[in-house]
Amino acid sequence: MGDYIVLAVSCILVNNILLAQYLGQCPFMGTSKKMETAVGMGMAVIFVLVMAGMITWVTNNFILVNFGLEYLRTIAFILVIASLVQFVEMFLKKSIPALYAGLGIFLPLITTNCAVMGVCLININEEYTFIQALVASFAYAVGFALALILFAGVRERILLARVPKPLQDTSIALVTAGVLSLTFFAFKGMV
Amino acid sequence: MAKSIVQEFTKGLWSEIPPFRLVLGLCPTLAVTKSVENGIGMGLATTFVLVCSNILVSSLRKVIPSKVRIACFIVVIATFVTVVELLMQAFTYPLFLKLGIFIPLIVVNCIVLGRSEAFASKNPVVPSTADGLGIGLGFTLSLGALGAVREILGNGTVLGMDVFGPSFEPFTFMVEAPGAFIGLGLMLCVMNLVGSK
Repeated sequence: MGDYIVLAVSCILVNNILLAQYLGQCPFMGTSKKMETAVGMGMAVIFVLVMAGMITWVTNNFILVNFGLEYLRTIAFILVIASLVQFVEMFLKKSIPALYAGLGIFLPLITTNCAVMGVCLININEEYTFIQALVASFAYAVGFALALILFAGVRERILLARVPKPLQDTSIALVTAGVLSLTFFAFKGMV
Repeated sequence: MAKSIVQEFTKGLWSEIPPFRLVLGLCPTLAVTKSVENGIGMGLATTFVLVCSNILVSSLRKVIPSKVRIACFIVVIATFVTVVELLMQAFTYPLFLKLGIFIPLIVVNCIVLGRSEAFASKNPVVPSTADGLGIGLGFTLSLGALGAVREILGNGTVLGMDVFGPSFEPFTFMVEAPGAFIGLGLMLCVMNLVGSK
């Protein structure tokens, strides 16, 4: 049990997917302008990443490794993730319309979110067991949501500040992300 | 005709240079630019995928049904990424190890999918090749430049050669995550400053 908690903490804080592993930058810059979109994207990522983590683990260890097809991993994973996202979208639309209304527009964007694909590949490269992969996927996704929501909070304040012209928009956002990443840097050495 | 092909090629080098003008493909930009060598290696791998997928997508553009086009593009791109992965494993193994999971992640690099969708699916083969080559080389240049800034300040070297001599105290900050964000942010600022005049 203790091992899983250490794994979770290291995935959420120490190896935070956005600020220490540099994955999922496009939605990080794209959906962090408003708090609402940041929360929506964060929740959608948690939901999809946990499922994608489990399914890609099963695909890899029971199908690809069994038949000696590891070199097809990239193609297999992207197809699994793309169809999973489609399936989740259709399922939510039919059965949980309230949740669909909340996550709706963010779901298709997740297919090309490299955080999802990245975590699935990390799970395989680190040779996690199924339970470890599940914990890691969930923890990485929570870390993603945490960093995204914190960053959205900061960006809402920047809108009110006077930023020099050449630094506006993406440029100041990147510098801010750097400062935020510096604070997460302090967690290094904790685990 | 020849003139427009040159235009397609050169727009990738300045007016639409990724990731500065087109803010796409940030993940590899931030992650692999610890040194010039990694940056250029990643840039060339992406260029290869971009050119090949642009050629294939544009030659198949009349056959692919528009409803499932995104899925088709992803399969095309994933195929070429697998090719690059296997080639790099065979011929440049140390670089392959350094770039790690960022090579398979070229699949989800928005620049590649973006060019297939926005350009190659609407234009003939030759301009699409020029477009892929231009955008790819622009991306390589940007990665090389950011890699150079981070390597010089963070390590005091360029391509492994000493620049400042032994008395230089490197800012290790620059080769870590925060330096990547701040370095890219400031480079974007300089681009805006130069571009607006």
